[in-house]
Amino acid sequence: MKIDSRKALKFYKDKINANNQYTLTLYVCAGTSCVSSKSVEIADRLKAEIDKKGLSVEMNVVKTGCFGFCGQGPIIEIEPDKVTYVQVTVDDVEDIVKTHLMNREIVERLTYDMTDEGDYEMAFYKKQKRIALRHCGAIDPESLEDAIAHGGYEALAYALYDLTPDEVIGIIKDSGLRGRGGGGFPTGLKWQFTKAVEDEEKYVICNADEGDPGAFMDRSICEGDPHAIIEAMAINGYATGAKNGLIYIRAEYTLATKRLLKALKDARDAGFLGNNVFGTDFSFDIELKAGAGAFVCGEETALIHSMEGLRGEPTVKPPFPSESGFRGKPSNVNNVETYANIPIILVKGAEWFNKIGTEKSKGTKVFALAGNVRNIGLVEVPMGTTFREIIYDIGGGIPDDIPFKGVQIGGPSGGVITEEYLDTPIDYDSLKEVGAMMGSGGMIIMDEKTDMVEIAKFYLDFTQDESCGKCTPCRIGTKRLHEMLEKLTNMEGSPEDLELLEELALNVQNTSLCGLGQSAPNPVLSTLRFFRNEYEAYANREKPHGYRVIEEECIGCTKCKRVCPVDAISGEVKKPHSIDQSICIECGACIEACPKGAIVYE
Amino acid sequence: MNLIDKMVSVSINGISVNVQKDTTVLEAAKKVGVEIPTLCHMDMHEFGVVNQNANCRVCVVEDKKSGRLVPSCAQKVYDGMEVDTDSIKAVMGRRSSLELLLSNHPQDCLTCVKNLDCELQKLADDMNIRKIHYEGEKMDHPIDISSGAIIKDPNKCIMCRRCITMCDEVQTVGVLSPLERGFDVVTSTAFYLDLNQTSCTYCGQCVSVCPTGALAEVDATPKVWRTLNNPNRHTVVQIAPAVRVALGEEFGMEPGEISTGKIIRALRRLGFDTVFDTNFGADLTIVEEAHELIDRIEKGGRLPMLTSCCPAWVQFIEHQFPDLLDVPSSCKSPQSMVGTLTKTYYANKTGIDPTKIRNIAVMPCIAKKAEAAREELRDNGMKNVDHVITTRELARMIKEASIDFTRLEEDTFDNLLGESTGASSIFGATGGVIEAATRTAYEMITGKELVNVDFKEMRGMKGIRKASIDLGERTLNIGIAHELGNARKLLESIQKGESDFDAIEIMACPGGCVGGGGQPYHHGDFSIVEKRRQALYNLDTSMKRRKSHENRMVQKLYKDFLDSPGSDKAHHLLHTSYSSKERI
Amino acid sequence: MKEKVLDVSNLDQDALKSLDKHIDSLKGSNEKETLIPVLYKAQELFGYLPHNLQRHIAMKMDLPSAHVNGVVTFYSFFSEHPTGTYTVSVCMGTACYVKGAKDVLERVKKLTGASEESMSDDGLFSIKDVRCIGACGLAPVMTINDEVYGKLKPDDVDDIIARYKEDNQ
Repeated sequence: MKIDSRKALKFYKDKINANNQYTLTLYVCAGTSCVSSKSVEIADRLKAEIDKKGLSVEMNVVKTGCFGFCGQGPIIEIEPDKVTYVQVTVDDVEDIVKTHLMNREIVERLTYDMTDEGDYEMAFYKKQKRIALRHCGAIDPESLEDAIAHGGYEALAYALYDLTPDEVIGIIKDSGLRGRGGGGFPTGLKWQFTKAVEDEEKYVICNADEGDPGAFMDRSICEGDPHAIIEAMAINGYATGAKNGLIYIRAEYTLATKRLLKALKDARDAGFLGNNVFGTDFSFDIELKAGAGAFVCGEETALIHSMEGLRGEPTVKPPFPSESGFRGKPSNVNNVETYANIPIILVKGAEWFNKIGTEKSKGTKVFALAGNVRNIGLVEVPMGTTFREIIYDIGGGIPDDIPFKGVQIGGPSGGVITEEYLDTPIDYDSLKEVGAMMGSGGMIIMDEKTDMVEIAKFYLDFTQDESCGKCTPCRIGTKRLHEMLEKLTNMEGSPEDLELLEELALNVQNTSLCGLGQSAPNPVLSTLRFFRNEYEAYANREKPHGYRVIEEECIGCTKCKRVCPVDAISGEVKKPHSIDQSICIECGACIEACPKGAIVYE
Repeated sequence: MNLIDKMVSVSINGISVNVQKDTTVLEAAKKVGVEIPTLCHMDMHEFGVVNQNANCRVCVVEDKKSGRLVPSCAQKVYDGMEVDTDSIKAVMGRRSSLELLLSNHPQDCLTCVKNLDCELQKLADDMNIRKIHYEGEKMDHPIDISSGAIIKDPNKCIMCRRCITMCDEVQTVGVLSPLERGFDVVTSTAFYLDLNQTSCTYCGQCVSVCPTGALAEVDATPKVWRTLNNPNRHTVVQIAPAVRVALGEEFGMEPGEISTGKIIRALRRLGFDTVFDTNFGADLTIVEEAHELIDRIEKGGRLPMLTSCCPAWVQFIEHQFPDLLDVPSSCKSPQSMVGTLTKTYYANKTGIDPTKIRNIAVMPCIAKKAEAAREELRDNGMKNVDHVITTRELARMIKEASIDFTRLEEDTFDNLLGESTGASSIFGATGGVIEAATRTAYEMITGKELVNVDFKEMRGMKGIRKASIDLGERTLNIGIAHELGNARKLLESIQKGESDFDAIEIMACPGGCVGGGGQPYHHGDFSIVEKRRQALYNLDTSMKRRKSHENRMVQKLYKDFLDSPGSDKAHHLLHTSYSSKERI
Repeated sequence: MKEKVLDVSNLDQDALKSLDKHIDSLKGSNEKETLIPVLYKAQELFGYLPHNLQRHIAMKMDLPSAHVNGVVTFYSFFSEHPTGTYTVSVCMGTACYVKGAKDVLERVKKLTGASEESMSDDGLFSIKDVRCIGACGLAPVMTINDEVYGKLKPDDVDDIIARYKEDNQ
């Protein structure tokens, strides 16, 4: 049906809500991570069981987007009971139906393990503020009805009926929203630039080419709340005077693509896209363009060239896409997470958004928490939250209580933050000050055993592989940086190499053509800054870390020697033993075997 | 907007200057006499070619306001901009980019074809690079000499993409593209095919803009030396019109300085037995071509007729427009005409065994090497032309023989195929062939004397030009295009049946043969090509005879040997055929 | 070599027809922009993008072959080589990397004999290292065709690969 007025939207919403009167709703996460562990099958089985038991009138199963608690998936949330089941398998379905749905008792074994240090799950959500992710895990992303029931397209109606394009831009500007894709450019200003260029043909573009190999918030939003993106793009089109929208999405995101395509069709059928949106004289439609696997296409000029069917190579800015972008026309590129904030800002007002966050960074930011941390997943926190809060309060700290070493933020373009900065409030500017950057929001927690030179090498391997190869510093420079790091970790380096490494890293940063090249050396520069001793150890052809026997503590019991799988430990009975670093594979068997705690890792 | 609004004020190294808004930092710096090194940049906007990718990062300068390094070749100035071209940051950045390029470049400068003519080498010297600090993996690709015309050594490529700009945008041939990504990027043909398996026209414009030795002509000088050294060979050499106005540049002479006499003397000193003039072949071509045009007009044959002297253009139509192979004139090129006559007419006259004759052509052109190898251009089992060397290769031979070119006495061509008219001189410039043809066709068709032989509307550097010549009973509509991209436009209009031209001249290279791929490197300074072009027109006006059919030795040739234009014998020896080729 | 590039007679002619139809259906004002979707379709139909197929697409879309080849070799999604029955994708995203994806990848290579460059001799497996498939909670992760395997240890790979081999005996 067509919804051609504000009234119709309201009418429709009320009708849906009147129909949705269930006593129990089972939200089953159907984000990529949970789908990978068969959550769709679980949901289908639940539904079948409910039907079989004749409970379908009062109970409903909703396949939602990502809850964010990915490390514990598949996740089922039962409302209004406020019960969350984690790591559910298909075999658990029967138990859930019987125990929870029929006998109204909690299946204790499926709740999150709270044995030692308290309720991580509660903590996981307590400090979060879900704005961009507001509907992820709360609605069925494949249902337009569900989106409308949760306020979908009300912001668009408001913009079209009550606001001029300039007023829309004014609200976005006042909200203080900055681009969530990395650079943090003020969104309202960007919109204003595009609006200011006079042209019949303009484009608004959604950058869903999330390429940071450790960030997946954009995918989760596309999967969990596709209508929010569509609505926001239409608002952008109205504000900037564009009739055409394009979503550039990463090739690997099949589920997100499927859901976006469905949402686009539904939105078109309902009259939210196409000619005369909402019955007004504003016309707007969106086309989906699939990437084909190139990290550099996250850079906006490269992205545009890729959409034009070319190699995704960046070009010099200016001209900025706002003036000359897709097909040489003014183009407004925003990232998924940025868009996800737009509708709610319009509905709740600039001031509401403005109050969240720090002085210069407003609102929230989604981070993909991964690595050596208990709770892996997506977290959304107000700007200004500290690393400590994220890692320890939300993330539950490091498993096995191994000491913390660092956190890599911003993916291949970002840098490392150390213990002393754990209490830094996170925002765009504070991160820059400490040599990192917000980037896409990937946050990898590393424990003491992590080799920082290896980490830098990992990222350089990534960037040199993903470099488009157009400009010299990125094409050859990142390759040489990677080779220098290889040389170090192969124990073939020398102290002079460190100077050369640093000098080249700075030059690549200064001279590269696009953001990819300019930020590629960040992981090297920031690890050099905080962990220079590890580089120096390699330069002197020593391992920077490893297991060591504390001579004074060793009683010479030979237990460690006996368990070592590679015979790296030598020593006579009742005399202190020692570990040959060149043989040791760091399996940790010795540390467990030692009755005296005389072996340490440093 | 008035002019004042378009002006911005910028400061370069503390020197203030007012420039137009869309000026680049590089151009603004030039205005105040500040030089900034460049490498990938190439600005030949006079004829619409600018390579402004900002790839090499050798031209970065510091924008004082942001503290960032910006590529001066592509960065536009803004009002109040302050640029420091020699800050430590800028100098280190430029140096680093250059050193990185060198770390991925073979260090065989001494034996490289571009030794002392290489832009990378010059920069390395300018930037005082004495040690390359970065080391690691280098490119390792096979060298391609399959075409016998262009040698492609990807290992020397610095990814400036000038060649791609020429091949893709100017010539619309599109044989080259960057393949792969990251460090593995290589400028290549599709699927790494050898050049001779592609639609390459061998125009050599890629060679003429390549800053390093990644693209060059296949060196034919060793073969020529060997031939000269063989007592059983009778060597006949010919030189093309555009060679005589460019070769001097290799010896410090001004572009456009005419050195025909010195070249002839040098050729004799190198040991060539006979020195003929390709211009003679040009005059002959005109007579045959004008005859063919009249024939087509009278008999209702295929019009327009297209000139066929340019071998790159012939390759182009064979690959790209195989359905239009009946439009080019069937006349062989002047090079081939002289070649075939050397082994027939000249051999007859002198009694020399034609199998012992070797014809060597000195051309401004790389495609002529491929032309000489064409199966269609053999008579009696013998190649019309045996070896082709470019202007640059001849210069190298002269240097190799330690001949002091500038001090050589003047000499003249051997008579039999040595006389020429002004009409043939302008063959080397865009529009020249058709102007020469018009001079002859006019008189052949109208039977009247053409008093004013200067058809100025056919001259110039515009990509596509038109002219209408009043022949009394009818008008002759002439079209002219240089650069293959412009040729493509004309051909597409023919394909669609929208063309009302009677005759069209096409030359592949910008400016015509004066801007050929085998000429001394202009390093992006297109005024050099312009001076050469002008010199050809000066040569034309300095001649007593300015119409091809007035060439007395051409007249003698018909009388003694060929009978008449378009005769069976002329047809057999002076005409050729074309075949369709795959596009890839 | 040239013959091989030009000749498409060794390709599935029905697939070729449906590809041509697809290209024709995209013809319009901005058809050159559709190269990437066309390549998607071609890869879906043929499994990979052999040179003669790329050249065929170039001709059909009136693009230089070098341009098409330049695009194909730029994007990691496109393959110029045939792929095995099973494509094993080991996630090399950061989360998986720090949890030992490298060891998993090595084990897969060892067991199958395939590598990123070439499929296994029996044609069963090809290997891709992918950057983050977004299942970071399951790190380290690999997928075999559409099947996802998470929280892997190198030893787990032995059983998984063995099962696929058995299925094809």
